[in-house]
Parts: sequence; structure tokens; C-alpha cells
Amino acid sequence: MAKANRYDAILIGGGHNALTCAAYLAKAGKKVVVLERRHLVGGATITEEIHPGFHFSACSYVVSLLRPWIVRDLNLPKHGYEVIPLEETFTPFPDGRYLLRDADPERTRRAIAQFSQRDAEIYPMFGQAMSELGRQVKPIIDQPPPDPSSFDPRELFKLLGLGKTITQKGDDWTAAHVKMLTMSAVDFLSEWFESEHLIAPMSVSGIIGTFLGIRSPGTAYVLLHHYMGEIDGAFRAWGLPRGGTGAVAEAIASSARSFGAEIRTEAAVEHVILDGDRATGVVLENGDQLHADTVISGCDPHRTFFGFVGEQNLDSEFTTQIKRFKMRGSSGKVNLALDALPEFTCKPGVGRHLYGDITIAPDIDTLERAYDDAKYGEFSKKPFMDIVIPSLNDPSVAPPGKHTMSMFVQYAPYKLKNGPQDWENLREAFGDAVIDHLAEYAPNIKDIILHRHVLTPWDLEQTYGLTEGNIFHGELSLEQLAFLRPAPGWARYRTPIRNLWMCASGTHPGGGIMGSPGAMCAFAVLGEERR
Amino acid sequence: MPLHTPFHERTAALCTSYQWKDWAGHAAVCRYAHSHEPEYYAFRQSAGLIDVSPLYKYEVRGPDAARLLARMMVRDIAKLRIGRVTYCCWCDDHGKVIDDGTVTRLDEDWYRVTAAEPTLHWLQRLGRGMQVRIEDASASLAALALQGPNARAVLAACSDADLDGLRFFRVTTAKLDGVDVWITRTGYTGDLGYEIWTQSENALRMWDALVAAGTAFGLRPCGLDALDMTRIEAGFVLAGVDYFSAPRVVLESRKSTPNEIGLGWTIDLERDPFIGQDALRREKKYGSAWQLVGLEVDWATLEALYDSYGLPTYLPAEACRSALPVYRGRRQVGQATSHTWSPLLKKQLSLATVRLEDAALGNELQIEHTVEFERRTTKAMIVPMPFFNPTRKRKP
Repeated sequence: MAKANRYDAILIGGGHNALTCAAYLAKAGKKVVVLERRHLVGGATITEEIHPGFHFSACSYVVSLLRPWIVRDLNLPKHGYEVIPLEETFTPFPDGRYLLRDADPERTRRAIAQFSQRDAEIYPMFGQAMSELGRQVKPIIDQPPPDPSSFDPRELFKLLGLGKTITQKGDDWTAAHVKMLTMSAVDFLSEWFESEHLIAPMSVSGIIGTFLGIRSPGTAYVLLHHYMGEIDGAFRAWGLPRGGTGAVAEAIASSARSFGAEIRTEAAVEHVILDGDRATGVVLENGDQLHADTVISGCDPHRTFFGFVGEQNLDSEFTTQIKRFKMRGSSGKVNLALDALPEFTCKPGVGRHLYGDITIAPDIDTLERAYDDAKYGEFSKKPFMDIVIPSLNDPSVAPPGKHTMSMFVQYAPYKLKNGPQDWENLREAFGDAVIDHLAEYAPNIKDIILHRHVLTPWDLEQTYGLTEGNIFHGELSLEQLAFLRPAPGWARYRTPIRNLWMCASGTHPGGGIMGSPGAMCAFAVLGEERR
Repeated sequence: MPLHTPFHERTAALCTSYQWKDWAGHAAVCRYAHSHEPEYYAFRQSAGLIDVSPLYKYEVRGPDAARLLARMMVRDIAKLRIGRVTYCCWCDDHGKVIDDGTVTRLDEDWYRVTAAEPTLHWLQRLGRGMQVRIEDASASLAALALQGPNARAVLAACSDADLDGLRFFRVTTAKLDGVDVWITRTGYTGDLGYEIWTQSENALRMWDALVAAGTAFGLRPCGLDALDMTRIEAGFVLAGVDYFSAPRVVLESRKSTPNEIGLGWTIDLERDPFIGQDALRREKKYGSAWQLVGLEVDWATLEALYDSYGLPTYLPAEACRSALPVYRGRRQVGQATSHTWSPLLKKQLSLATVRLEDAALGNELQIEHTVEFERRTTKAMIVPMPFFNPTRKRKP
């Protein structure tokens, strides 16, 4: 066997988690290769020049959960990782009013007070409570999940430790945790606030990437994710990576290379080579064979087991679990190259309101109806949209004076009435619905579009390899988290195939540009405990 | 009441935060809006525009101008060619730093000096009997610093300057919206950047032209808070904070030589006599007492410290100028005088002055850190400076 094709570890897929895993393994002295199917690394963490001169974070578009210790360990700032915090959240309403929340507490209080003085005063207390909850659960996302089925006493202690973090602060906090884990986003927020103008835009954090509505139980938990974001060590907001999210992947790749990792693009893996129940390497689509002691999949669980391993090589018990693991893509993306900035009827002109997050979430019923459409196999006629204009903060992504607009759109169910392939016929109609909905608030939008790029869940699957277009490699719902992610008994990055591991968002702690699954998989492979 | 700079009409209209401070007797914006962070990011990721008119500026003209400045500065100004700028400092007879600034050679016998403190008397004293005309241009010259990766693109869009030919620490004349300006490729952010100088009566027109051209490049007016963070990242000392002007302090121990504040590289020692030369020769022979170092706080110990109080790690988002003691073991070995969290490098940085024998790169020191009113310490390493040094700063 040629020594050149012999590695300590092979990573399938060049997403940000696989790159993170590769960097840690290479840092530990392992001979590592990352195999990426496309011409560029990053997976769904990529920047693409979709229209000449316009660079888009085509899929994922903000960063906040990328673990600070990974940034430090891999020295990412040296490799070009730069994040600009997003401070503003702007919500236009159909009645001509708007809500603009930002880092200035007094201004935010006045803004909310237009709708409810009571809510305005409670708002900072809510933020503080959520930050504290976030801090209490933070250790969970920075460690491999405990295994409740294990007889190992260490696991028991970890589980107890987890319980302790949640109960140590007293009954009120325990109750808050339980509510958080069981309630719907709307119900949870309604315990705090009275104004729908505040509840509606806040509740949408609970549904991002899930096939649930804001009134569905369990969505309150995802709200917490917005308060666990860490930029600069402080628990706060989200940020825009300079140069798009692809720059984050590039920084991690550059760090991995600096430790000696090899990264191959246009190297699509066909299948994993098995020797009995042991993985020994991979076969590429071009027929090349690569061998390694360890094979790590950076793809989602479906693609890993049904694509690269093959159902026939796995126990039916296990494959049933993986089939039950809900992917259910629920969102799409519309990227616009703009000739000028949008003018919102409720707040004309260029201002702070355009620099941050623009949330189209007019009221609770509209959001819930958007979910109704999806339940019955249609895209939402009036979808929830989370919009950012990265070029305002980072002019490098567009020609001078021009702008890029990224619109995260929910719902766009993978399974349309006539099947997912029907997205080929409905892509532009979906794009039209999105633009029409935005035009209700910013009528000039139709006149300033230079180019429109619509990504449906079908495209996310076909182009980016996300099964069913699920942006998190599996929904972040409670029954799919921690020791249940992706299957009970297999939440520690191992798989039933010996020497085959998983390192991406389908494992604990899940999706988002976080890096934790990649890093913790590397620690597991290396047999290290961290922190 | 502080004076208004020539740009006040514009800066005051934009300064919705009402946060100003006194800079050399002028009202200077700390931050335009609630948070200074967007301004910091403008400096580092697009372009920031800051009014630096409060700098003291002197025009030194005449056949003896070079001789005067060569005598005053630790650098040999006689060697400075036309069209170049140099950064340097000047000392008293004992080799203790009085101030630091730039010298620009505009023409054969024409130099411009910038300073942080009033310096006319010193120039006049040293120029006595020389064929030299010294003019205080502090009020008549307006200046803006345009800093950041897009600075060149902004200037290219509104001026006729040959920016590709304008290398690091050079000066050129140009027209900017019809206004005569000098453009120097200098600044206090350690990034790609320019300072643009004009007669005060042209100030507003110059501001308007830069802002109009800059909008497409993400230009933002910036205040001193953002500047302070960038200058610490760049490792630049500030008079009155990281060192003290020799004539203004009582204790001898508070005075510093250029070597002790990281400006040893500006000294041209072996040449015609200059002020402080003998003392600096002695220092070279016997060694300095202090050294300026860059400190990087160790995150793990900082996090553990906060964790022991049940608190999330907290660091202020602004730069801080309160001096903190620095220890090596139990012994205090110096003080850290400027601190900032670097959002770009994701590190807590300090400029510190420590005893020479403790100043080696890689040394592990402890810096005071107060948590819950209790004075504790965290680990800090001596790291190379500048902390941040992008290639675009010097790139042709």
C-alpha cells in the first residue's frame, strides 16, 4: 500500500466541524486528511461569489456559538477569523410602527415602552435571567454528554453534576429550567411579557431550524441558545464574520494546515471501506483508496450510515434509530445582490436599523399560520424571515455602494405535497413569496434587486449535502439532544462500526457554527478528557 | 470651556452620545453613539475617520531648520529626505523623554512637527540664534486621520493623490474636492491609514468630501475610545499614560528614557551632539532600568478567577488607563498602564513597564485584577509587540 494514502485519520467532508476535528488531531501530531466533495471547504459554512463582486454567506450567515476555547486553542484570529458583533434587532410591523432593540438599554426600554411600559421594564430582567440560565447550562455544551445507560460510576457522577448545575441555584431556577425544556416559546415568553409586538419577534428564536411552530411545546429551549452566544467571552449577541462565514471555515482550515493537516477538495468519498465491523479507509468517487486507523464522518447521520456505510452493514435496531432521527428541513435561504439599500416604510432612510438583524415577525398568528402552511406540505405564504445586510458592516463582500442581503426564511418544508423534487418547480414561486412579504414592509426591494439566489431545502440537500435540507444535521428538539443525539448509546462520537466516528452537528451539542462536536470528537478519538 | 476644532460643526451634529473629553484644550468626541465598538470595527475592517486637530503642530522653516530638529530629536533629522515623515521623541539633558511626535519634511527647508504637549518654547529655546522661523500652526491646521483597510480606497475616490506611490511614512500634496491638502501615510492605529492636513478654513469641505466618498466603503466617524483600543493593539505608548513628560513630574523615578518606553529604535546616537546624547550614551553602556513590554492575560486563570466567585468572566469593552501593579511571584516588578480587550485578537492586552531583569519575552507575570471589590491577580505573559501588525499597514 502506498504510504502516501495511509493516514492516522480520514475526515469525510470539509465542514467547519470536520476542519475543527482535523485541526485538533493534527495538533496532537496525527497524520490527517480532510476530503471535501466540493471545490471549497466549509460545508454549510461557506462564502460564495453568487453574483460577480457579491460574496454571500450562502447558507449559515451568523456566528456566535463558536466556542471561545476553540478560537484560542486553534489561534483562529491569526488565521483570519474576525467577527463583527450584531447589536440591533429591528422588527417592522404592519401597522406602520417598528421595534428597534439594541445595546443601549435606555433606548431599548423606550422602544419597548411604545408597546408596553411594563414589558420595557421587565425586558432587561428577562435578559439577565436567560443569561444566567445560559451560564448554568454552558458546561453541558462544552463536554461530551453523560451516558445514562452506562454502569461506569464516572458517568453517574457526570449526570449528577448535570442535575446539580440545574438545581443548585434553588427551586426558582430549577422551575425555570423545567419550563424552558417543556414549554412553547410563546407560552414561556407570555409568562414574562404582555405585548405581542415583543413576544412575536422574540419567539422566533425558538423555531429556527426546527419543524415546529412558536406555539409548539419544547421550542422555549431554543430561545436559550440566543443567550448562550459568546463573542469576546461575554454572553451576548451574534456576529457577522468578516468575509462571510466561509472566512471562519477558511481560518479553521488554515489553522489545521498549520498543524500539518492535509485538505483535499473535489475529493468526494464514495463509501467507507469495511473489514468486518471495522472501518479501514474510504474509496473516493474517482476510485482512489485511502486508508486510515480512524475514519471520521463530518456529514450528517443519514448520509454517514445510509450513504457511506450502507444500511446492509448495520444492525436493524441501529438503523431504525437513525431513521427515526428527525431531519425535516424547514427553512430556506434567499440571498440578494442589491443595487441600493431597502427603504422601510415605517423607518425610511439609512440608519442603525439596517445594520443588525431585521426580523419579519409581525404577530403570533401570522407566524403560527406560516407553520400551518408547512404542516400541510406548502411553503409559508407569509414566512418568518431573519434578514441581515452583511455589506453594511463588512463592505468587503460587495462592490462599493452595493449590498448583499441574506434572508433566512422559514417555513420551507423539505417534504412538499408532491414530494421534495417539486422544489425544482416551486423554487422561484417561493422566492417571489419571500420578496412579496418583504415588499409589504420595504416596497422598494423589488426595484433594487440585481440578483436573486434562492436556496430551498432541496438545494441544501443536493448542493450542500444536508439531508432533507436540515441546517442542524437533525432538529435541535429535546428528544434529539445530548445523550440522544443522534441515537441512544451512540452519543459519544462513536458508531457501531469500529474506528468510524462522527464529528458534526448530528452529534452533541448540535448545530450552528459551534465547533464543539468537531473538537470533542477529536478529544474522544485521542482518548482525552478536556476541562 | 474647551475650544472647538475646525470640524466641530460636523462632529457635534453626529455625536448623539454627548460623550466628549478634553484633548489639549479642545472638545474631542469619545464615541459618537452608545457603543464605541462599531467605531473600533470601522478602524479595523472598513475605515474610520477621526478628528486629530487638537495635536500640537509646528512649522519649522529656514536654512537651519534641519539643524535645529537634529539637535532636538533623538533621531537624526538631518538625514530625513523631502517627502518623508519620521516618528521620534525628544529628551531633556538627562536623556529623559519630554514628548513624542512626528516630523514631516515638506520641502528643502520646511518641516512640520507634531507633539502631544505645547512645544513652542522648546523649539524657540533650541533655535535661538539659528536661521529658522518657528510657527505654531496648531490652530491654523486642521487634521483628520483616515484609518483602516479601506482608507486607501476612500482617498482614491475623492482625491487626486498618487496613493500607490505614497509609501509608509511618506507625505504628498493633493487636491481633495478642490481643497489643497497634505496626505501623510501615518496614524495611531497601526493599520493602513493616512492623516490629511489642511488649512482650517477648508476643514468642513474636506470632512464632507471624505464622508461622501467613504460611505460606500463603510467609513464611520470615530472617537477617542476606539482609537485608544487600536493604539494599544498597535503597541503605541501615550504620553501622560504610559510614560510621563520629564518636565512635568516631580519624582525622578517617574521619568523615562526612550529605551525604557520602547522608543530606543528611534535613537541615532553617534552623530553631532543632540539633547540628551551623553545621558543616552551612558545608558547604552550601563543599561536601562525599565522596559516597556506587552502583556497578554492568560484566559484560563482569568476564567477560573471569575468562576471562583460564581461569575461569568467580565472584561470591560473599553480600553482602560488605570495603572495596575505587575508582580513576579510576590515581588512587584512594575506597572501595567494601558489595557484593552482586543475584539480582533480575542485577548486581553496591556502595555506595561517592568524592571529590565524581569522583562524577557515569555516571562510569566501576575497582573492585578479586581473581582467583587477584591484585589486578586491573574497570570499574564510577556509577548512580542506590536500585538497587531497587519501587512497592509506597510504594503506599497
